[in-house]
Amino acid sequence: MSDAMGRRSLLAAGGAAALLPWLPAWAQPIASGLPTVGGADIRLTIAHRMLTADGKTSHAIGINGTIPGPLVRLKEGTTARLHVTNALPAEDSSIHWHGLILPFHMDGVPGISFPGIAPGATFTYEFRVRQSGTYWYHSHSGLQEQMGHYGPIVIDPADPDPVAYDREHVIVLSDHSALHPHAIFKKLKQMGGYFNHNKQTLAGLIAGRDQPLNDRVAWGAMRMDPTDISDVTAAAYTYLVNGHGPADNWTGLFAAGERVRLRVINASAMTTFNIRVPDLAMIVVQADGLNVRPVKVGEFQIGVAETYDVIVEPEDRAYSIIAENSDRSGMARATLAPRPGMTAPVPPLRARPLATMRDMGMGDMGMDHGAMGHGSAAPGEPMRHGMRDMKGAPSVKDTPAVQSISPMPVDRTGEPGQGLEDVADALTYRDLVALDRNPDTRVPSRQMQIHLTGNMERYMWAFDGVKMNEVTAPIPFTLGERVRVTLVNDTMMTHPIHLHGHFFELVTGKGDHAPRKHTVNVQPGGKVTFDLTADAPGDWAFHCHLLYHMHAGMMQVVTVRAAEDAA
Amino acid sequence: MIPTAFLLLAAQPDAMAHTVSAPAPGCTAEHAAMGHCTMPKAEPPPPPCSPEHAAMGHCTVPAPPPSPACPPEHAAMGHCTQDEPASASLPPPVGNAPPPPAPRVDAADAIFGADAMAPVRARLYAEHGGGSISRIMLDQAEVRVGSGETTYSWDGEARFGGDIDKLVIKSEGEGAFGGAFDRGEGQLLWSRAIGPYFDLQTGLRQDVGPGPSPTYAVLGVEGLAPYWFDVEAALFLSDKGDVTARIEGSYDQRITQRLILQPSAELNVALQDVREQGIGAGLSSAELGLRLRYEIAREFAPYLGYVWEGKIGRSAQLARAVGNDPSRSSVVAGIRIWF
Repeated sequence: MSDAMGRRSLLAAGGAAALLPWLPAWAQPIASGLPTVGGADIRLTIAHRMLTADGKTSHAIGINGTIPGPLVRLKEGTTARLHVTNALPAEDSSIHWHGLILPFHMDGVPGISFPGIAPGATFTYEFRVRQSGTYWYHSHSGLQEQMGHYGPIVIDPADPDPVAYDREHVIVLSDHSALHPHAIFKKLKQMGGYFNHNKQTLAGLIAGRDQPLNDRVAWGAMRMDPTDISDVTAAAYTYLVNGHGPADNWTGLFAAGERVRLRVINASAMTTFNIRVPDLAMIVVQADGLNVRPVKVGEFQIGVAETYDVIVEPEDRAYSIIAENSDRSGMARATLAPRPGMTAPVPPLRARPLATMRDMGMGDMGMDHGAMGHGSAAPGEPMRHGMRDMKGAPSVKDTPAVQSISPMPVDRTGEPGQGLEDVADALTYRDLVALDRNPDTRVPSRQMQIHLTGNMERYMWAFDGVKMNEVTAPIPFTLGERVRVTLVNDTMMTHPIHLHGHFFELVTGKGDHAPRKHTVNVQPGGKVTFDLTADAPGDWAFHCHLLYHMHAGMMQVVTVRAAEDAA
Repeated sequence: MIPTAFLLLAAQPDAMAHTVSAPAPGCTAEHAAMGHCTMPKAEPPPPPCSPEHAAMGHCTVPAPPPSPACPPEHAAMGHCTQDEPASASLPPPVGNAPPPPAPRVDAADAIFGADAMAPVRARLYAEHGGGSISRIMLDQAEVRVGSGETTYSWDGEARFGGDIDKLVIKSEGEGAFGGAFDRGEGQLLWSRAIGPYFDLQTGLRQDVGPGPSPTYAVLGVEGLAPYWFDVEAALFLSDKGDVTARIEGSYDQRITQRLILQPSAELNVALQDVREQGIGAGLSSAELGLRLRYEIAREFAPYLGYVWEGKIGRSAQLARAVGNDPSRSSVVAGIRIWF
């Protein structure tokens, strides 16, 4: 199989090289490069097209004819003007500029920031570029994002970049399916575990795999499935790097001795990736577009909609970039190589993790960090504490959308994420320290909790037990106030929570150099605390960035109003 | 601005060493007893973490840096400027101010007009959580070969609606090949979610067939019980005033990812004799099944199985009184299909 991949990539790369024979090998464009748009006026057109990945062709939505859409390259301190035309014949569309600080009516969420873009219409986004770094853009209309409606943004800093590098590659990770997104959502609603083909089995029990019998009985009593890591798996998805499947093997070139900057963007609809480059250390220099103190890691987990920039210093050989789905059902794969056509070994998928007591919000009661589930707490433990004690979360409405309440949620920002428990050099949020001092270091004047709630059996997802369609009031903030927000995950899944229009400071003990993010992964049964300065007036979307969780109701509106406007 | 040299230097492998950030590996009780566990068992206090260690990312649970404003490696390089407060005391506690009142979500109205925004906003709220879904499942469509004639039977359920309220249609029945259609029933129910796992169902049931065909009012529950048992229970009040009840349960034992063994049981109870249907008061009949299905796709699974069905108690006496065998066992073959 790796031979076949090698030959195929050789052909592909050979084709690219043949196009530009006058360039030395090191200066060849990446084997399948991303088209780039920039300048004072940028034009983007959204239209149907077909996507071919690993030889399979399926229906998709592209921007300017490609998937991902073109790299939008902006410059800090300039004014961006982006003319977006919706060439879809029968549905509205939109582009949200993920992570960009801009006026709310340029944020691109139909129904919150603007009315959307009707078929055939063009909307011009115009805003001052106030930041630099790696970001991305995507549709906020329906489920279009799943179909390929996304692309990368790189903003070059006005001042010299504090990150030294010789070459960069943008790595857009995504999950593509031949199934229409509405079909995927319907299957999930009909049967929550529809796409999970790695459940525990009797054959596994007899073979000594997975949980021992008493754990299975205890988990069964709670109607909790420890194999439920990803809602949508490789059963439905091909995982893409810059629009190319694992066998397509997108290749980024470098010259030995160069410091190569990888701008990694998780543009997936539903996939948490664990990323590594075997034999190569990665120095994380940026998270969510903002510089952090360099931290060297061997692997990192990237939630949906997060971005990480890493520096690698490869030797004169090929390396595989491996992005495994956190449930280990599949991977995206690309190659870094000094010359086209070179490949490196592709390691097999590692064993899939099993959720633990900690993932059910049992805190340290369980202490079973191992993926094997051995050495877990007494099976009776969860029963005594109760998995749905609403008294433990008085702000949560008791609805069918609440399958469980974490009895003892703990701060898990010191853990690298599901499946990486045993990887010694994996990144955690606590490794992140902002390079620049935080712009607002005031002590928050108030605090609040938001619970992430869900029901895998009914496939309902909500904040505080109330789905978006049942929400009666937004989450209000006063302009300029600083608030400490704690997200409590009452579910057994990792949720990437995104607040539009703002960065927030993770409270991980880093003082006035707290890492600032626009999207934060909240681990199962855990909690994350951040301080937010509500400095962007208007209405903003706030949601889980797992597309089908958002679609199922895990979304809210955050309002930021001047004190005198508050009604 | 931070000089590039800083990053270059800081990024050197030997300068940064490696981060040790994974939690301690699983720690069994035996291990703990032997003092093998490096991590305290419960509520671990942050491990001691020297500034040098913190700077190198060696701390599993980094304590707040001694001077968050100016970490050691910064200070060593002269990067600390006077705009960073030197306070080493704990920050004051977070306040407890009340939240502001929630305004209307209408900021975009001022720019695009309320008329343009209102329908799109309504759609936004409705489509995030307010969708309707259908599922039509023929759980059993099978042939039963046993003592006596070969029969067919079906059992299915269709659901239409949202998360909370649904329209549910159930149907089951049986008949003999080449013989008489024996009996069938249909139920039309309003199904409402009353918790994370269970729906309350109420509506009408109509029986059809050559015998008496009463109409019933139905009140029941359906859902997922602990240990992953699918259960249904219903009370039926017929237009003759007879009260009967039915409880059904099944369990999917996954042998492999596609091969599933499903034991099932159904019990029927009557509050009184229903003579014209051969039902005696008390536990009247039962059906026990064991079906092994292979999911070619989730939606399409042929199966083989064994079913025992029998009348019990007074119902069995009534059956014998008219010369019928009160019980029957069959080998079954069928298909489970849904979409």
